[in-house]
Amino acid sequence: MPILSLTTFLPLVGAALILILKGDEAAVARNARYVALWTSLITFAVSLVIWFQFDRTVEGFQFVEQVEWLPALGINYHMGVDGISMTFVLLSTLLTPICILASWETIEKRVKEYMVAFLGLETLMVGTFCALDFVTFYVFFECVLIPMYLIIGIWGGPRRVYSAIKFFLFTLAGSVLMLLAILAMYQLAGTTDIPTLMAFTFDPDIQFWLWLALFASFAVKVPMWPVHTWLPDAHVEAPTAGSVILAGVLLKMGAYGFLRFSIPMLPEASAYFTPLVYALSIVAVIYTSLVALAQEDMKKLIAYSSVAHMGFVTAGIFSMNQQGIEGALFQMLAHGVVSGALFLCVGVIYDRLHTREIARYGGLVHNMPRYAFVFLIFTMASVGLPGTAGFIGEFLIMVGVFQDSTWVALFIATGLILGAAYMLWLYRRVVFGELTKDDVRAMADMSWREKAVFAPLVILVFWMGIYPVSFTSIFGPTVEAFVRDYGPRMEAVAEGGLDAALIAPALAMEQSEAAAPAAGSQ
Amino acid sequence: MNIDVAIVALPLLGALIVGLGNRRLGDHAAQYITSGLMLLAMVLSWIVFFDVTGSGVARTTEIFTWFETGTFRAAWAVRIDQLSAVMLIVVNTVSAMVHVYSIGYMHHDKSVPRFMAYLTLFTFCMLMLVTADNFIQMFFGWEGVGLSSYLLIGFWFDRPSANAAAIKAFLVNRVGDFGFALGIMGVFLVFGTVEFKPVFDAVLTGNVPPSFDFLGYQVPTLEALCLLLFIGAMGKSAQLFLHTWLPDAMEGPTPVSALIHAATMVTAGVFMVCRLSPMFEYAPIAKDVVTIVGASTAFFAATIGLTQNDIKRVIAYSTCSQLGYMFFAAGVGAYGAAMFHLFTHAFFKALLFLCAGSVIHAMSGEQDMRKMGGIYKLIPITYGLMWIGNLALAGVGIPGVYGFAGFYSKDSILESAFAAHSGVGMYAFWLGIIGAVMTAFYSWRLIYLTFHNQPRASHEVMHHVHESPWVMLAPLFVLAAGALGAGIIWYESFVGHHMAEFWGQAVHFAATNHVPHEAHNVPLWVKLIPLFAGLTGIALASYAYMVQKGLPAAVAGALRPLYLLSYNKWYFDEIYDALFVRPALVLGRFLWKGGDGAIVDGAINGFAWLTGDYLAKRFARLQTGYVYHYAFVMLIGIVALVTWYIFAFGK
Repeated sequence: MPILSLTTFLPLVGAALILILKGDEAAVARNARYVALWTSLITFAVSLVIWFQFDRTVEGFQFVEQVEWLPALGINYHMGVDGISMTFVLLSTLLTPICILASWETIEKRVKEYMVAFLGLETLMVGTFCALDFVTFYVFFECVLIPMYLIIGIWGGPRRVYSAIKFFLFTLAGSVLMLLAILAMYQLAGTTDIPTLMAFTFDPDIQFWLWLALFASFAVKVPMWPVHTWLPDAHVEAPTAGSVILAGVLLKMGAYGFLRFSIPMLPEASAYFTPLVYALSIVAVIYTSLVALAQEDMKKLIAYSSVAHMGFVTAGIFSMNQQGIEGALFQMLAHGVVSGALFLCVGVIYDRLHTREIARYGGLVHNMPRYAFVFLIFTMASVGLPGTAGFIGEFLIMVGVFQDSTWVALFIATGLILGAAYMLWLYRRVVFGELTKDDVRAMADMSWREKAVFAPLVILVFWMGIYPVSFTSIFGPTVEAFVRDYGPRMEAVAEGGLDAALIAPALAMEQSEAAAPAAGSQ
Repeated sequence: MNIDVAIVALPLLGALIVGLGNRRLGDHAAQYITSGLMLLAMVLSWIVFFDVTGSGVARTTEIFTWFETGTFRAAWAVRIDQLSAVMLIVVNTVSAMVHVYSIGYMHHDKSVPRFMAYLTLFTFCMLMLVTADNFIQMFFGWEGVGLSSYLLIGFWFDRPSANAAAIKAFLVNRVGDFGFALGIMGVFLVFGTVEFKPVFDAVLTGNVPPSFDFLGYQVPTLEALCLLLFIGAMGKSAQLFLHTWLPDAMEGPTPVSALIHAATMVTAGVFMVCRLSPMFEYAPIAKDVVTIVGASTAFFAATIGLTQNDIKRVIAYSTCSQLGYMFFAAGVGAYGAAMFHLFTHAFFKALLFLCAGSVIHAMSGEQDMRKMGGIYKLIPITYGLMWIGNLALAGVGIPGVYGFAGFYSKDSILESAFAAHSGVGMYAFWLGIIGAVMTAFYSWRLIYLTFHNQPRASHEVMHHVHESPWVMLAPLFVLAAGALGAGIIWYESFVGHHMAEFWGQAVHFAATNHVPHEAHNVPLWVKLIPLFAGLTGIALASYAYMVQKGLPAAVAGALRPLYLLSYNKWYFDEIYDALFVRPALVLGRFLWKGGDGAIVDGAINGFAWLTGDYLAKRFARLQTGYVYHYAFVMLIGIVALVTWYIFAFGK
């Protein structure tokens, strides 16, 4: 059974069903909600098959599907997941029903279109992580922009149009360069098949430019400093569920790109640019943490914290060792759950008071004790408290980076302190203190629907924090092979500088021949 | 499930039941469930303590794997050896007593179940810390107790001061944890594992590279690792420079101060140094640093304790100071003495805090000693117990016959410092002696201000003064028994002739470390001077507060700069605020408005605008005249420079 394709396109079936819904507006809205929820739940159930059937002892791609698509160009429809991409498929299918449930009452206009956009988004997200052909990947990766642009632009806040266009322009600018890179790679290697490209050795001279072109696209998505400024605006204006998907899944695509394309296909250039990535990661962690301290808007604060957390991820990836990369993968998952949950937390009180201004709240612990408890859990997870999901990734990343560069580890470790400062201060201003404002006093504690939204995320935060082996055992073999195959090529550059990169082809050729059978597809 | 695991699991169970049941359970059920489970855990830990110290057999129960990433492996485990067994009885006994005491102390509060759940959660985290068999679980407990401490300091969340204190405690501890975390990373880099046993084995077999690369320098391995880890200990144990959170932590309810901020959590740093004795023993510079920091804190905190007016703050600074004693004991290599003082201090300091709580309870919530006085006849039991606690703290006893708990433990610390025969040892010894005078002075100042002379409280408050109920007094008697007997009973085991069998393999002494042995052979005057120092302090306080009552004010006036320095806590808070807190906020605002707003977005918007405009205007636009524009461009330049630097020299 083509389980990956099924997971990818099942949401589209639901979207088609919603499109043909007819009747009066209220009935259509209600039916659209139910169809969307059930579709996403079934998709999640189907994706669980991947979780259970995934072989955790082997490296390489699993559940592979391959059919000819454009035979004249040698482009195939090629799907498959390995330890790097598998968990993100599940993250996408998990967060979608949660988002639909979170939008149940808050989206009142154009419900039908909203649900179609969300299900379409799910297809594109899953497809991005499953695609094993660069063209297929590009199509999924780019098309994600469209529903997200619509979700921000139609159902967003007052400045939604500005934010949506900013979001669109930033990401599009990067993508154009990626398209150029894909074309160039196709010219040079004669294929767009990802596993083949991962074993191919590009000339270091051309790697330099290819790397920069890909970097432009992925860095915007991550987002890395200084191209992160679209993110706070997009988050602030997006509806709650849009923020959840944006923080939870879309930001991971950039980091995924580094792992799937930049490092395996361009290891020499990756090694050459590692200091740049480190420097930008350090700035991201310290700079955006300080900026987060100054925020008066809850969503902006959490958006900036996302940039800081993703700074950890990029540093971990380029440390190129087992702990660093597994930590980065774990941190991506954890951040997907935790920041998604934090945006949901903001959503809960935004729905009641319709403001994101921190100063308008205060003393919520009195009338919303359950909310305070849930918010505390995710605050602590964001702070990286051991026992929660946030700790594992962050700590592994630091352990990994420390092996590569103690300076970088020292700088990003300051995130431990700064992260605690802005999150605890946010929590204190929103939740603690005396309950003095009348409209805040009138706010009711969480409803059953809201509890249902948070329950799976709370469980996940502790599961990931207490028994992370469930997840790291998925990454393990793939990352081990990854470090084994590409690490030596990167080390040669790191030790010899650019000169080594220029004489590397001969060296790399030998190694890639040795590594080809292992790194290649099936 | 074996008994070791049960000891750790029972508090967790209590925290889960009461934390999740919360309001549905009601106050009484919450109190009885948590206290019952804690009493059971206490009994079990005493059984384990006698079992382990009797048989000398250490054991580890591995529950399940936590981390497994390449060779980076750590498990959830319960390691029981002599060191953790001592901590088990300290933590569980004081915790059980505090739970019972809280039934009475907190019964008016509207959030009793939440309070009890936090206390039990704290106990669980503390037990995880002390029973860890690897650095990562220790770090879990370390941060877990930090969380509980944060929640309990901010327990009365309506008070802005409590919220501020809670955040401060968490953040200052995080600064320490920053060092701790880097230390763990270094351990993994050097040893390729984060489990205690393989690390210690590698050190003891001499299988350690002499140096490793840290920040571009070749640093001596064990020295660097121990110093990084010690930063964590300084944060948790409120040592000089990272001590500022502890006095503010007194915003929490008094039982919390007794349990967390006197007896258990703050001693975690001392425990860590002792646990890592196989590493510290071969890091002489790090040991000297520990000694100097400890001795300086012991002196410094005592000077502040002399002038504070809040009854709890006096005891808090006293705690800070006593932790300094424990550190310098560990620093000179007398781990037994450090643990012994940790053990006795837990009893008498918890006793003092709970007595203070009893006083505050009696005085309708008043904590300012200037508004107390003249109540010793009204609350005679509390008064008597406070005397016992203070006598133990001051280390009073009759040599060769009997002494209160501190008499044995503090004396052995000072004797060890002297026996080190080193410069830092003598520094610690003399500061310790001066500290002992001050300790006795502020303790009796507290007694006289609180209980004696004319009442200074309002008539109404005085009318309500009453002895605490038995549910509060009974735990005080148990702790008082510890303050009376813990010293004389366990002296021989912890630091005396049975020391070697008692500690077994749990604490390591290098072959060159003669301090524990030498400590018994110091000159007579060294043995007597701590007692003399304590008696001097008591005599001075008695003279100043009972006989010549104008003296304190006269001295404060004559030495006004010194008085203000002490009264204002050496201005640490003000300095840190100006140096770190405000600049961070200003910088954050600047980067946001100037960096993200003006430059990055300005550049993007400007780019769009450029495409449709004249070149000349572009150059004009570059010169905006705003300082932050230029500053930001400079920042980008710095990034470029750093990048180049790492390119060129890094790796």
